[in-house]
This record gives sequence, C-alpha cells and structure tokens, in this order.
Amino acid sequence: MKKNPWLSPILLFLIPIVVFLVSLFMGRYPKPLFMPFSLLLNDELAQRLVFSLRLPRLLCAMLLGMSLSAAGGVMQMLFRNPLVEPGFLGVTHGAGFGAALCIIFLNNSPILVETSATFFALTGLLLSWLIARRIRFGGWVLRLILSGIAVSAFFTAGLGVIKYLADPLSQLPAITFWLMGGLNAVTWKDVFYILPVVLVGLIVIILMRWRLNLLALGDETAASLGVAVKTERILLLVVSVAISAVVVGVAGIVSWIGLIIPHIARRLVGANAANFIPVCIAFGGVFGIICDDIARTMSAGEIPLGIITSLLGSLIFVGLMLSPRMRFHR
Amino acid sequence: MTDPIISIHSLEFSYDPRQKNVLNAVSFDIEPGTISTILGPNGAGKTTLIHLMLGLQKPASGSILLNGRPIEEYTRRELSQWIGLVPQSEHIPFDFSVLEYVLLGRAPYLGPLDLPSEADVEIARQTLVQTGIVELESRPIPELSGGELQLVMIARALAQQPKVLLLDEPTSHLDLSNRNKTLRILNRLRQNGATILFTTHDPEAASLVADNLVLMKSGNVLYTGGMDDTFTSPKLSETYGTEIEVIRFDGLHVVRSLEKLR
Repeated sequence: MKKNPWLSPILLFLIPIVVFLVSLFMGRYPKPLFMPFSLLLNDELAQRLVFSLRLPRLLCAMLLGMSLSAAGGVMQMLFRNPLVEPGFLGVTHGAGFGAALCIIFLNNSPILVETSATFFALTGLLLSWLIARRIRFGGWVLRLILSGIAVSAFFTAGLGVIKYLADPLSQLPAITFWLMGGLNAVTWKDVFYILPVVLVGLIVIILMRWRLNLLALGDETAASLGVAVKTERILLLVVSVAISAVVVGVAGIVSWIGLIIPHIARRLVGANAANFIPVCIAFGGVFGIICDDIARTMSAGEIPLGIITSLLGSLIFVGLMLSPRMRFHR
Repeated sequence: MTDPIISIHSLEFSYDPRQKNVLNAVSFDIEPGTISTILGPNGAGKTTLIHLMLGLQKPASGSILLNGRPIEEYTRRELSQWIGLVPQSEHIPFDFSVLEYVLLGRAPYLGPLDLPSEADVEIARQTLVQTGIVELESRPIPELSGGELQLVMIARALAQQPKVLLLDEPTSHLDLSNRNKTLRILNRLRQNGATILFTTHDPEAASLVADNLVLMKSGNVLYTGGMDDTFTSPKLSETYGTEIEVIRFDGLHVVRSLEKLR
C-alpha cells in the first residue's frame, strides 16, 4: 500500500503540538494577538493568565475537538452514513435541555450545569435506543435515526417551554449563551472533569479502529467475519456518545466539528478507519484549538465558540462539496 | 463415500411463530470438495437457509452439523474460520480500496485490537490473484462494476480461508459473460479442494458447475441428488411451477421454458 504523508506519526503529533504552543501565547494580553515569550518569565499576571486560564482552556478546546471528531468518525461508520454527526440520537438536544433545566430550577453554577447537560445528553441516547428497539419495521440504522429525530424534537419542545418560563433578564441570557457554546468559563476543574472519560474513550476508539471497518459492512457480512455485531456496535456507540456528552456538557452546543473533520480526514488518507481515525483525532484537536483562538482573540468580548465552528464548518463543508474530488456514495 | 462436511437434518424455521414456516423439514448433506447448488424460485427460503447455516438465525427445530458438530457449539469466531459468506449484495458507503476491503476477510484470525499484519496483506493479495483481479487492488470499491464487485466479494471471503464457501445468488445480477467468469472461478476453487454451496434461481447457472442440486420450493426441499438425477424436465417443472424442458446438447444442459406468452 502506498505511504501517505499525513499518516506519519511525526505529523500527527507535531501539528497539534505546534498549534497548541503557538495558541498558548495568543490572546489579548498585554495587547491583541501575541504575547512575547519574555513576559512569561517576569510578569506575574502573564504567568497566572497562561497557567490558570489559558492552559486549561486550550486543553479543553483540544479535547473537545478530538472527542467530537472521533465520535463523528466512529458514528459515521457505525451508521454506514457519512452525514451522521455525534449530536444526533438526541444527544445535543438532550444536553441543551439539561443545561437550561439546571439554569432555571437550580442555578447557573458551572459544575451543576455541566452535570445536568451530560446527564440529559446520555438520557437522549438511552431514550432513542429504547424507542428504536420497539420499532417494528426497518433496519437498525433507520430505526435509530427515526427515534433520534423524535427524541431531539421532544427535547427541543422542552427547551422551548423552559425558555418561555425563564426570567428574561437573568436566566434567558444564560440559557442562550450556553446554547451558543463556549469555553470562556473553563478552569482546571473542567479539564479534570472531562479528561478521564475522554482519555478512556479515545483509547478504546484508537485500539478498536480497524474493527470499525467491519462494522461498516452489512450485518450479515460482519457476522460471517466473526464480529459480535451487536456488542461491538453498542460498545463503540456508548463510548462515542459518552465522550461527546461530557465535552458538550462543559462547552455547550458546539456543532459541525464532528461532521466536517472526519470528512477532511477521509479525504486525506482514505476511508480505512485504521488510517483515518488517528488523523481525525489529531485534526479535531487542532480545529478545536484554532476555533477557540478565534473566539477569544478576534474581538474585545468573547465570540461564542459554537458560532465560530458553525461558520468555519459550513464554509469548509461547502468547499468540500463543490470540490471536484468529492465523492458521496449513497 | 466421505463424511459430509455439512449435514442438515429436519430444519424448521419461521420468522413469526404465528405464521407458516419459511423452512419445512429441510434435510440434505454437503460432501467436501463439491459444488452444491440450492436451486429454486424466488421466495423458496434459500437466503434464510444460508442465514441459518451461518448461525445468524436460530432454527425452531432440527440441526445443522458442521464437520459432525452442531453449529451452535461453534463460537462466532470459530465459525467464521470455517464458513465464508458472499452476500447477495453489499452496499459500502465509504471509499475503501479493493485491497483494504479484501483485508477485512482476515478478521476471523485477528483479535479485537489487532491490525492486519504484512502476512495478512500477503494472503489478501493471493486471493486477488486467485480471482484474477490483481489489477483492481487500489481501485475504490464504489467505482467497480457489478461483475468486478462480485469477484472482489469472493476474494474477501477467500481471504477468510474458509473450508466452506457460501454464496447467496452470486450470479443473479450479472450479465452472461460476468456470470460465466464467476462460475469459472468457483469451478477452479473446487478443483483446488474447496467446498462450495451457492443459491440461485437460474437453472442454467446451476447446470454449468454444480455437482449436486437441492431443489427448493416454498420452504420445502423437493429433490436432492446429483445433476443427472435431479436436473430433469419433470423435477424442474415442479420446482418452478411452470413447464420446463431440459435438453442435453453437446455436454451442456439447455433449459427451455415451454410456456407460450403470446
């Protein structure tokens, strides 16, 4: 098989590390864009800024990008559909509902909102799953997609009710801001909240990446190749939803990463999951960091991260679709 | 006579217990090193039978013995080292290359966390040679023609190095030349000792390569046996429910429908 330069481990580690280090010196202190390295050695405020604000935030942005793109890549293969993203199956809408519920009935404390969002994201998956099991027609993929649509609509309606009831001066802006997504309030606590789940999840996905190819075949072929189709599929699905749910819990609704990065990765190294999953994870991390750099550096205020990822993501998507090398085989 | 490699006895199956059986008291044996063909009209239960032989469905009663042992006693992985499947069709939504796809056939020999080794790649390449499609190695699967895809699926199943190769309607969507190409490969595999079972609704495809026939209709096995005993006008007419004449000509069986449509 031909060697693809993108697969070289040096590139896979080097690009994210370089982007990470450069981003560490990027921000609006003391003036917009870059901070001189010397400042880190003798300015106490700069040290505090970099180590207790910027570093955890960058780590979160990277883990967010890695998780969403890995989950997107995995789910596209599990569902044998290149248009699936981790938010479907009620996960994103469940998270939004959970966050809003917490903001209005409990309070706006980050750890509570995160926990509630993660909990309802997983509830979204569980509901989709339970409903899909009871549908009497269609294949596995169709049933899950249909029940995912229904569960998402259900949570959207619930979110609507909560927004309607929310105090328009304090609670409604908090909900809206959360729904737009952002890492502005991230601290080391958040990093340690998502790190264990994300780490375990990514390791499972990386180790089982070649198996994903088998699960992308038809059920009967996969089974004839000795794959325990149901078990392996559930395992990878739960892992992908879990890592998406925790990062969405911290960052709010950040869409498009999980759809666009797997496409770019496949474009660069081909559909074989053994190759494209590592590229997907590395590029996802880079994309997460870059989007967050823009979110915190572009203006004096803070641009919600979800807006940046949607904007960049949709532009890239259109670019991919219009490019002559794009192939969709449906 | 050698012991059968697969022995099916009084197999009964239905998808819904309230409805009538899809398979009724199905019994037959498959000898090692032969090509057997399950021949019958659409809806005879041929694909269901294949699914049962792969352990994808459980029979209501009856047994399937593989090498003398009931297939329920095999683990999924063991079974995949014994039996390879070429499905009727395969929709692959991603741009796998032919070699990447054929390599998936090595799964029965790899642990859940393993990547295929150089030796696996070598075996996959050999199956491309066996099926005469070496030049397709790096082509993306979705770009293949129907005939090429059929050969690629066979190569993938051969990479499993199975003792029995099951093919579900391998020729039904191929033109005559591609059909013959596929059948020629099956014939060559048999000469090298493989045991092959394929289903078809096309009597001519069966007549070209089969050693033994299983004639099925509405979930029942009507006749089983060698070509000479079973590939006859009355038996085929009964199987298909329309008048069919078999003419022997120049060492070939020519099948002709006698029903006049206008």
